[in-house]
Amino acid sequence: MALSEQEILSGLAEIVNEETGLEPEEVQMDKSFTEDLDIDSLSMMTIVVNAEDKFGVRIPDDEVKNLTHVKDAVTYISNHQG
Amino acid sequence: MSASHTQQPRRVVVTGLGATTPVGGSAPATWEAINAGRSGVRPLTQDWVAEHELPVTFAGSIHTSPADSGLAKVEIRRNDPSGQYALVAAREAWADAGSPEVEPERLGVAIGSGIGGVWTLLDQWEVMKAKGPRRVFPLTVPMLMPNGPAAAVSLDLSARAGAHCPVSACASGAEGMGLALEMIRSGRADVMVAGGTEAAIHPLPIAAFASMTALSNRNDEPERASRPYDVDRDGFVIAEGAGLMVLEAEEHAVARGATIYAEIVGAGMSSDAYHITAGEPEGAGAARAMQEAVADGGLSVEDIVHINAHATSTPVGDLAEAKAIRRAFGARADEIAVTATKSMTGHLLGAAGALEAVLTVQALHHRQVPATINLENKDPQIDLDVVTGTSRSLGDGDLAALNNSFGFGGVNVALAFRSWR
Repeated sequence: MALSEQEILSGLAEIVNEETGLEPEEVQMDKSFTEDLDIDSLSMMTIVVNAEDKFGVRIPDDEVKNLTHVKDAVTYISNHQG
Repeated sequence: MSASHTQQPRRVVVTGLGATTPVGGSAPATWEAINAGRSGVRPLTQDWVAEHELPVTFAGSIHTSPADSGLAKVEIRRNDPSGQYALVAAREAWADAGSPEVEPERLGVAIGSGIGGVWTLLDQWEVMKAKGPRRVFPLTVPMLMPNGPAAAVSLDLSARAGAHCPVSACASGAEGMGLALEMIRSGRADVMVAGGTEAAIHPLPIAAFASMTALSNRNDEPERASRPYDVDRDGFVIAEGAGLMVLEAEEHAVARGATIYAEIVGAGMSSDAYHITAGEPEGAGAARAMQEAVADGGLSVEDIVHINAHATSTPVGDLAEAKAIRRAFGARADEIAVTATKSMTGHLLGAAGALEAVLTVQALHHRQVPATINLENKDPQIDLDVVTGTSRSLGDGDLAALNNSFGFGGVNVALAFRSWR
């Protein structure tokens, strides 16, 4: 059964917390990964790989640069989950 | 604050101590354990010991985990254990120094490591073999590089005068102290966080050291395995941890009313050019390093009352160092209280010299030399006054002491410290 966007958001927030220590509630749809959450490109790669494992999706490296905001990642995962 | 125009070399003092070791999670806890004669050497309980049928099944593992020392989960995730230990010890040393106010451009870091991030390197190799290149952690390179710990501490303290990592095997930490001394003397920094760190209790280094018969294999009595100067010594005990100091230009420390533990007065360095791993057996190079440290410190051989020896508990190394001390100090060696604290901590490799420098400073500060343990039958060839039984008082007055560290590659480093009046 496909996960809701809210479920994806909370799963992503857990991954971000694990990687950066940011509180999960700070990871909100309208936040920019770089500007608001201060996540650098190295951390982003780890988040992407962990998200792939968690949600069973493949996020190509070329796609990662388009995921500037949390909602971009949530939408991408939502649209591509198996 | 630059001292580039001063005539005399600047004097450099020790204003903060930090350590995380097999016997304690801080510098004071380590000093207390060392003076109580407590060994930090224990059987290894990890699955990989049996899995690989390691010939040596014990080590001096860290007493207090980085998490229990206050490191955040993310800091643990993003740093190799060697970097984690350095952060723990650096924060302790920095707080102990009273978190000195110093311009970032006048604050530097010199933290040596003998081996670097061996856990990260080999863990990530396993990840790659199992899951492919895309799963390799993006911070693998900064975690495995030997200067990773120096860089992490530099970031943590905003130190911008330089973040250096001398790599000279088991003399790395002592070289870190020597480099820091030079940086402050030459006016390139006013304050330095200096020392060494190591986290190499991993099956590969254990197998490799064992394969060159460098390790004790007293598997049935781990706490008695590290026995420098004893006739039955059979090799060193691998250990891990970090030792760091805040070194500071005297005028900088005095101006802010800092507590001063001791003065670091000199460093001596030489290389044997004799053998890739074995020290030169008559100790000529080691003696030269000690003499140079004494002279660099404006001291004479009569001033030295204590040596914290390298003494790793190998049959050849302990004897060569004893000969070197005799060679450097002649009859005066009779007056020097020598101790081998590796009898309790094991050998912290690239952090050894740094930890033992911390212990040398504590010995001057507390005016007592901790005893060497496990010395039951002194090797008759060891012609030194080794402190055994209980700690020995050093008495009053001006005191000076040396700390020796030697590394594979024929590296000899001696550091000279003086008590602070």
